[in-house]
Amino acid sequence: MYTIAGLAQPDTLEEAYRILLHRRTNAILGGCAYLRLGRRKIGTAIDLSKLSLNYIIETEARVEIGAMATLREIETHPALRSLYDGMLTKAVGNIIGVQFRNVATVGGSVFSRYGFSDLITALLALDSEVELYKQGWLALTDFLARPFERDILVRISIKKDGRRAAYHSLRNSASDYPLLNVAVSRHDDAWRIAVGARPNVAVLAPQAAAQLAAGAGSPEGIAAVARAAASELTFGSNMRASASYRQAMCQVLVKRAVLEVLSCR
Amino acid sequence: MQIECVINDQKTVLEANAGELLADTLRARGLLSVRKGCDTACCGLCTVWIDGKPTLSCAVPVFRAQGKHITTIEGVSEEAAAFARLLAAEGAEQCGFCSPGFIMTVLAMKRELKNPTEADIVHYLTGNLCRCTGYMGQMRAVKKYLGVAS
Amino acid sequence: MNKVIGQAIPKLDALPIATGKPVYTEDLTPPNALTVKILRSPHAFARIVAIDTTKAKALSGVACVLTYQDVPNIRFTLAGQSYPEPSPYDRLILDPIVRYVGDAVAIIAATDETTALKAMELIEVHYEVYEPVLDFEQAMNHSSVVHPEPDLFCNYDIGMNKERNIVCTHKIEVGDVEAELKNCDVMVENTYYTQAQSHAMMETYRAVSYLDHAGRLVVISSTQIPFHVRRQLARALNLPASRIRVIKPRIGGGFGGKQTGAVEAFAAIVTLNTGKPAKIVYDRQETFSTTTSRHAMRLTVRLGADREGYIRAIDIAGLSDTGAYGEHAPTTFAVVGDKTLPLYNKTRAVRFHGHVVYTNKMPAGALRGYGATQGTFALESAVNQLAAKLNMDPTEIRLKNLIREGETCLTYRGKKLGSSALDRCIARGKELIGWNEKYPRQEINGKIKAVGMAVTMQGSGIAGIDTASVEIRLQDDGCYTLLTGSTDMGTGSDTILAQMAAEALATTVENVIVNAADTDVSPYDPGSYASSTTYVTGMATVQAAADLKQKMICLAAELLATTPGKIDFDGKRFRDEASAKEMTLAKLAELSVLGTGKLQLVGNATYGSPISPPPFVAGFAEVEVDPETGKVDLLRYVAAVDCGTVINPNLARVQAEGGIVQGIGLALFEDVRYDAKGVMQTNSFMQYKIPCRKDVGEIQVVFEESYEPTGPYGAKSLGEVVINTPAPAIAHAIYNAVGVWITRLPATPEKVFFGMRQGGISKMRTEDYDAGR
Repeated sequence: MYTIAGLAQPDTLEEAYRILLHRRTNAILGGCAYLRLGRRKIGTAIDLSKLSLNYIIETEARVEIGAMATLREIETHPALRSLYDGMLTKAVGNIIGVQFRNVATVGGSVFSRYGFSDLITALLALDSEVELYKQGWLALTDFLARPFERDILVRISIKKDGRRAAYHSLRNSASDYPLLNVAVSRHDDAWRIAVGARPNVAVLAPQAAAQLAAGAGSPEGIAAVARAAASELTFGSNMRASASYRQAMCQVLVKRAVLEVLSCR
Repeated sequence: MQIECVINDQKTVLEANAGELLADTLRARGLLSVRKGCDTACCGLCTVWIDGKPTLSCAVPVFRAQGKHITTIEGVSEEAAAFARLLAAEGAEQCGFCSPGFIMTVLAMKRELKNPTEADIVHYLTGNLCRCTGYMGQMRAVKKYLGVAS
Repeated sequence: MNKVIGQAIPKLDALPIATGKPVYTEDLTPPNALTVKILRSPHAFARIVAIDTTKAKALSGVACVLTYQDVPNIRFTLAGQSYPEPSPYDRLILDPIVRYVGDAVAIIAATDETTALKAMELIEVHYEVYEPVLDFEQAMNHSSVVHPEPDLFCNYDIGMNKERNIVCTHKIEVGDVEAELKNCDVMVENTYYTQAQSHAMMETYRAVSYLDHAGRLVVISSTQIPFHVRRQLARALNLPASRIRVIKPRIGGGFGGKQTGAVEAFAAIVTLNTGKPAKIVYDRQETFSTTTSRHAMRLTVRLGADREGYIRAIDIAGLSDTGAYGEHAPTTFAVVGDKTLPLYNKTRAVRFHGHVVYTNKMPAGALRGYGATQGTFALESAVNQLAAKLNMDPTEIRLKNLIREGETCLTYRGKKLGSSALDRCIARGKELIGWNEKYPRQEINGKIKAVGMAVTMQGSGIAGIDTASVEIRLQDDGCYTLLTGSTDMGTGSDTILAQMAAEALATTVENVIVNAADTDVSPYDPGSYASSTTYVTGMATVQAAADLKQKMICLAAELLATTPGKIDFDGKRFRDEASAKEMTLAKLAELSVLGTGKLQLVGNATYGSPISPPPFVAGFAEVEVDPETGKVDLLRYVAAVDCGTVINPNLARVQAEGGIVQGIGLALFEDVRYDAKGVMQTNSFMQYKIPCRKDVGEIQVVFEESYEPTGPYGAKSLGEVVINTPAPAIAHAIYNAVGVWITRLPATPEKVFFGMRQGGISKMRTEDYDAGR
């Protein structure tokens, strides 16, 4: 069982950050969907509700998603239904249920770097950037690669660069966490292939993406790309699937996602 | 700490600990329709509305209720009974333990979705688990309630 | 006939339970009840060397902390079965030996949950850790003995050999199986593994206890078995049963889980020790990992047939995993054979034999289907394989071999089957699924659609054992009160019984008050399990109503100065047509309680059946299999059900649909799993996935009624039989789709995928029908 000794609801990010660093047991709260699962003993829980981070804003050049926006807000946002071929809508739509997605936040999902995350895989393929209070703007790829550091995720930014995208996941039960997920995007001739729930957190498959950039549009070429992705990445076993099954499914899902993106024209 | 909110249309000041979850607070206040069926935010039994949105009250710290409108099935009793009668006419309440949370999701769906298809309905209700009915009877009742052709 | 039987009447409790009224166990907690928590073993097998509760007891707000030193040293079973129970008495409330991760070590009661949990952390336990028995196939030859204690007790000989971890040994054989198998033209042999399954009822286990005005112990429990719980508590707490009252309020689902006592003794012993009300509510993790599950089994089937497809010999060798304690171990195992071998009666020899073993995992117990589910998966899969090998249509091989109404079979030993519409069920199901057009498969856009089928039977109550008593009172206002100890757990059985009483008394259900399941008030009933309530308690209801009706007619005749034979009762008035004398029911009711020398009229009946008539289901699955991933999507499930007369079509339909979905869960998703140290990994709805709305496709249930001559208005049971067909029918459909026989449930995409890699499709295309073996 988790415990919370005290609560802070700061009015500025600076104050939130100061409280966070004040003691090791202090912690930022996201949507709290998974709070009950842990046995954390939180000193001061820092609630960001007063910081107006609950937004999804579409500008000319970007989509910006505040840390406190919920997964359901992503799912139902009118612009996101068409942007990126609706990939974000699709990616979050299978996470548990509506009432869960009304609680879980983007910041909580991304900052926690959950291996099973549907959202991270999709954001990774979209070349997203994250703004952290202390560390500033980072490419999501870099954020995920860095060692864990105490900081506050403020928002996520995605370029509106006309990229086409597709998202595929494989689940046992439909409301289960994915046993593998794949997101692919294409911007002109630059491709990104992200694979998550391996079961570790999503990573890119750059070699496979490079093959696509070099022009691998034939069925044989795409099959080779899918094989390349499955062989350049590492996979592990857990209750949902074995490493070897994940590796085999990586080929299938990458192939399907690439074909879907190609058909987007 | 003190939390000011509106519960079932009544202004309320809640006295709560920092770590307390909304579901527990509501139950302690005698709103016994609120039930917890899991500890992992995946069953939907504890569904209440926060500002009209169906929400897992077992996963919301009570301080997040500050300034919000909280609605449990006790607060929409006539509307709930109208749907419950359709559910009962199908025999689809069965043990009834998951029904309050399920009904709160159905009533929220009716407000939120315009002319939903059967697939839309299934998608909206997926977060409400039921072990008794196998879901078909619930769907028959929902379709009657929303006037969706079978 | 009156218009009550066969009517889709809403449940009597429908509106209050659906709209969240406080009618469940926890809602009825008295004020200031202590919160009870259990300290649990982190080890799969260990002995408590020392336990120090001093610090925990000293914590402010702690009312008591109990260890094995504080409980009666009397062994008992938590299995809810009629006395003398076949399950071994192998438990103590707290035992110095802990036998699975999660076994109870100490009971803590405090004023609130936070204090109880703090106190739990202050208890110091030193364990001597033993090598656990985790693989049930290794249990018999394991160096560890799960139950070394000398005082373990069996009510009768169940073939226990506890030094070899054998709980019980079972064998039924009619004819010479080995000889008949040798004579067969075709044989199929395969080994099937059915997994442990969780009940996953939405209301977790819970009980509340207090002492009443007379100092007696009252236990309110979410239980299917109030009378058995009373007897268990009396033994476990060393208390006369007369000092205990068990009340069952509304229950949030049971599925057999609440046929095993889980929590009552913990609350009760706190109340006895402190004199205070106590409440125990298991969280979901405790519900998953410290109660019971379905028995996991290994079943090896050998099936012999002649060239025409007549099944001549069936042999099933079984091994069942009961976990740390033997609740329901012998009986679930026997049911594997009891509810499969009679299905095909052209046999010349049949046998079911094997062992149930102890392991250091959570105990198994009763779960809907109770062995028949496991047996059906194995036998029906084998019959489908036989059909494939003989190149016969799987529906045809059933119609050729199955037992028909009026026929007998080897294990019935001359007794005849009183009712069956299974042949009609098969025909109807075939038509509804579109078998002739769809069997075996179609390939569309890279996806493969296929169909599969299975049949099954169950029982209706336990023959010669289950005995229900029902009492119906004529109240002073002319309505009736039906008293029963059966336990509606959401199924609607209270409503079903009211319908039967109303039918017999020519009235409506509004005039029948059902008072259920309070051991101080209710007549004895074993509880609702083993598909017994509609059939056994239902028959007692019909007879009690007839008894009351006869008494009312006699009294009316007396008051009208005529003879009972001349009285006609239409539900509202008693009339002697010849003399035109009549009296209303209300008047009779009034007079029956007024003045001197009168007698309030009560109808009584106690009923037990010498037979357990089987309901039947023919189940048909249509699946879509993704040949690249192995993912199986269930598109449609058709179940044609023979439960005799359908008492309430809506309640029957929903119960069937619900059972099918639990069967779908068993087929595709659900699997209780442990890590290498015996820690359960699937202890939440995050890790143990029951089917959600998106997983189940479209389910269609139709009833093909038969008339069971021994049943109330021709009814048989329904609750359990409906869970049995999905696993074998879906496995069959997967085979028809991609040539992979799933022999180890559940059929995950990964198993199907690797099955295909091992040659499923290609082998099938070369017409080798043993593909995937």
